[in-house]
Amino acid sequence: MSTEWAGAIDCDVHPRVPNIRALQAHMDEYWRDTVELRGIEGFESIAYPTNAPLTIRPDWREGKAGADEHVERMAKALLDRHGFAHAICNCLYAVQMIRDEHMAAAFARAVNDWVKAEWLDKDTRLRASIVVPVQNPELAVEEIERCAPDKRFVQVLFLAMGELPLGKSYFWPIHRAAERHDLTIGIHAGSSYHHAITGSGWPSYYLEDYAAQSLGFHTQLGSLISEGVFVKFPKLKVVLIESGVSWIGPYLWRLNKFWRGVRNEVPWIDRSPNEFVRDHIRLTIQPFDAPASGAEVGRLIDQLQSDEMLLFSSDFPHWQFDGDAMLPAGIDASLRRKILVDNPLAAYPRLGGRHAT
Amino acid sequence: MQLDAPIAPELDVADASGPAVARPNRLAVIDGDVHPAWRSQEDLKPFLSKRWWDHLQTYGSRRKNGSTGQEPYPKSAPLACRRDAWPEEGGRPGSSLALMQSQHLDGNSIEFGILGPLGATGQGDFNLDFSAAMCSAVNDWQRETFTRPEKRLKGGIVVPYEDTAASVAEIDRCGPDPDFAQVFMLTRSQEPLGSRRYWPIYEAAQRYKLPVAAHVFGTSGHPVSGAGWPSFYVEEGAGHSTSCQTVVSSLVIEGVFERFPGLKVVMVEGGFAWLPALSWRLDKLFERMRDEVPHLKRKPSEYIREHVYVTTQPMEEPDDRRHVLDVMEWIGWDRLLFASDYPHWDFDDPFRAFPAGLKPERHRQICAENGRSVYRLS
Repeated sequence: MSTEWAGAIDCDVHPRVPNIRALQAHMDEYWRDTVELRGIEGFESIAYPTNAPLTIRPDWREGKAGADEHVERMAKALLDRHGFAHAICNCLYAVQMIRDEHMAAAFARAVNDWVKAEWLDKDTRLRASIVVPVQNPELAVEEIERCAPDKRFVQVLFLAMGELPLGKSYFWPIHRAAERHDLTIGIHAGSSYHHAITGSGWPSYYLEDYAAQSLGFHTQLGSLISEGVFVKFPKLKVVLIESGVSWIGPYLWRLNKFWRGVRNEVPWIDRSPNEFVRDHIRLTIQPFDAPASGAEVGRLIDQLQSDEMLLFSSDFPHWQFDGDAMLPAGIDASLRRKILVDNPLAAYPRLGGRHAT
Repeated sequence: MQLDAPIAPELDVADASGPAVARPNRLAVIDGDVHPAWRSQEDLKPFLSKRWWDHLQTYGSRRKNGSTGQEPYPKSAPLACRRDAWPEEGGRPGSSLALMQSQHLDGNSIEFGILGPLGATGQGDFNLDFSAAMCSAVNDWQRETFTRPEKRLKGGIVVPYEDTAASVAEIDRCGPDPDFAQVFMLTRSQEPLGSRRYWPIYEAAQRYKLPVAAHVFGTSGHPVSGAGWPSFYVEEGAGHSTSCQTVVSSLVIEGVFERFPGLKVVMVEGGFAWLPALSWRLDKLFERMRDEVPHLKRKPSEYIREHVYVTTQPMEEPDDRRHVLDVMEWIGWDRLLFASDYPHWDFDDPFRAFPAGLKPERHRQICAENGRSVYRLS
């Protein structure tokens, strides 16, 4: 084990639900029967086609199965190998895609209990996000209340593309519950596929779909700030996960400029969008959309105007980097320490950094 | 032409539009985004057949935002226009050629202003035949009202892009006329603009050596991104850069530039700072999954570098101006085009909008030189 990464907190790893039976085991009798009666084979979205190169790094594939199906394999590839202190599990099972809000709630419960039983209980270093039925905020809050007593749940998970932007008051009960329980809000690349992927409809290729995920983050950031979520919930932290990072500077320049021009439209916004971002928004570092050389990376990080914005992530098992090149080039030692440890601790109160629980 | 000449040669010529009053030592600016307007719908009547004029009066425009004309995101100012751009004689900003000449063309040393008609032009209308008739009328009106009387103004061929055949016919009709300098499309189309259905439009544009402008707005029927409809104009405005990214991404990945190697695309009114991050993102994904897109022979960033131009308005304004200079460097100084967006509220002044520290030769490239190799100006 190298010491280079010792103590790091990996803010984005993906456990994969192997099959519907794994979830049935965590459903009540009605939903277990429903799965059988209706022949439900499960919900996998097209966001990460299993065999696509991006979805699982070649050396993290083992035959047909990925190393993301078993906690031991993931631990061997990451936590044991590098000595990470923690890894946060973000399960991308497509609960958000389901049209029936009751079914979505049942599947969210099953996913969370499966993560608890198969991952959290098997490795004390692991933490997880609560998957919620975004289809119905009331049911989502119920699920948060059910999971929150377990302090290993550190975050509430959304996807970058849903039916409504996440700043809208429709979602405020969820934000309120998250703030009350010291849970961070995580927004991960991905879509419910309830809208076309782009503002101009559906693109032809998977490559375009993944590329367009960063556009969803633009919308979410604009929405959270403009609707006043951080005025209403001043303790709330939001982490943008697997967003690409380098889009945010240029988008903020625009948002700031438009806000200066038309701020009478949103009079509750008493600070510039920039300030809200510094105080409330964080980004995981993989992928980091930049050339491989260090020069642009340094300039892009300078655009963030803060050394507290970036959180370490491997995005395991997605193929974002080769070997152990988990950080982009051009990051100095002190910033590196903040990205690996300090910033994640500050972003996730439940990790015990600032607000020990 | 000599770009260092104290006064643009074109402005020395006193023509029917009145005396030019360019100030000494000013560049002869090429403005990639000027918006003409009609005083009222009646202005279009001479250019519409009785059938379509009656249709317009009876059923009106039917666009995919569900609105008869007003914007679902009300603007920050009436018609999103500068308060000082309303003509004294009445009518909407952009409808008085005399005011456009004195306030903008003369006042800001504009050698060429490239027109982009917006509003209920028929683009994106549900009714494709109506859409085509309206676009033709708008092009004829544009020519009669602006480009014939004022040679500094060049038209944008407004095409009914959801009907490809009609769009090609319109380019064939207007393309031979040197008064038109570009084909004018909107970013929010029904499908991403790289989709195969639009390819004949690019083939026609290439044939006439016309660049294709993709100007922000349009009514696709889809929210600005897959994340749903935002509430506010501030979000809609900031979000235009996402629709620009959709267009560039789609044109590149669907192989449009591989297919039409002579095509130039100008992204208008979405700013420009989003482009490097998008290029790097696409490159990385291409490296991973080129087997999905074997029709691409080069990295996405190479197609972008060769074929995509970006206009500068609204100018990016980070706290630290070095950040915007970095971005301009990454994009390439020969790919940035000045645009004013006259007469809209977020107008950029060619001599004041740029960040301090921009070298004069770079300013000259962006404002006066680059446009010459993009737009069909002769």
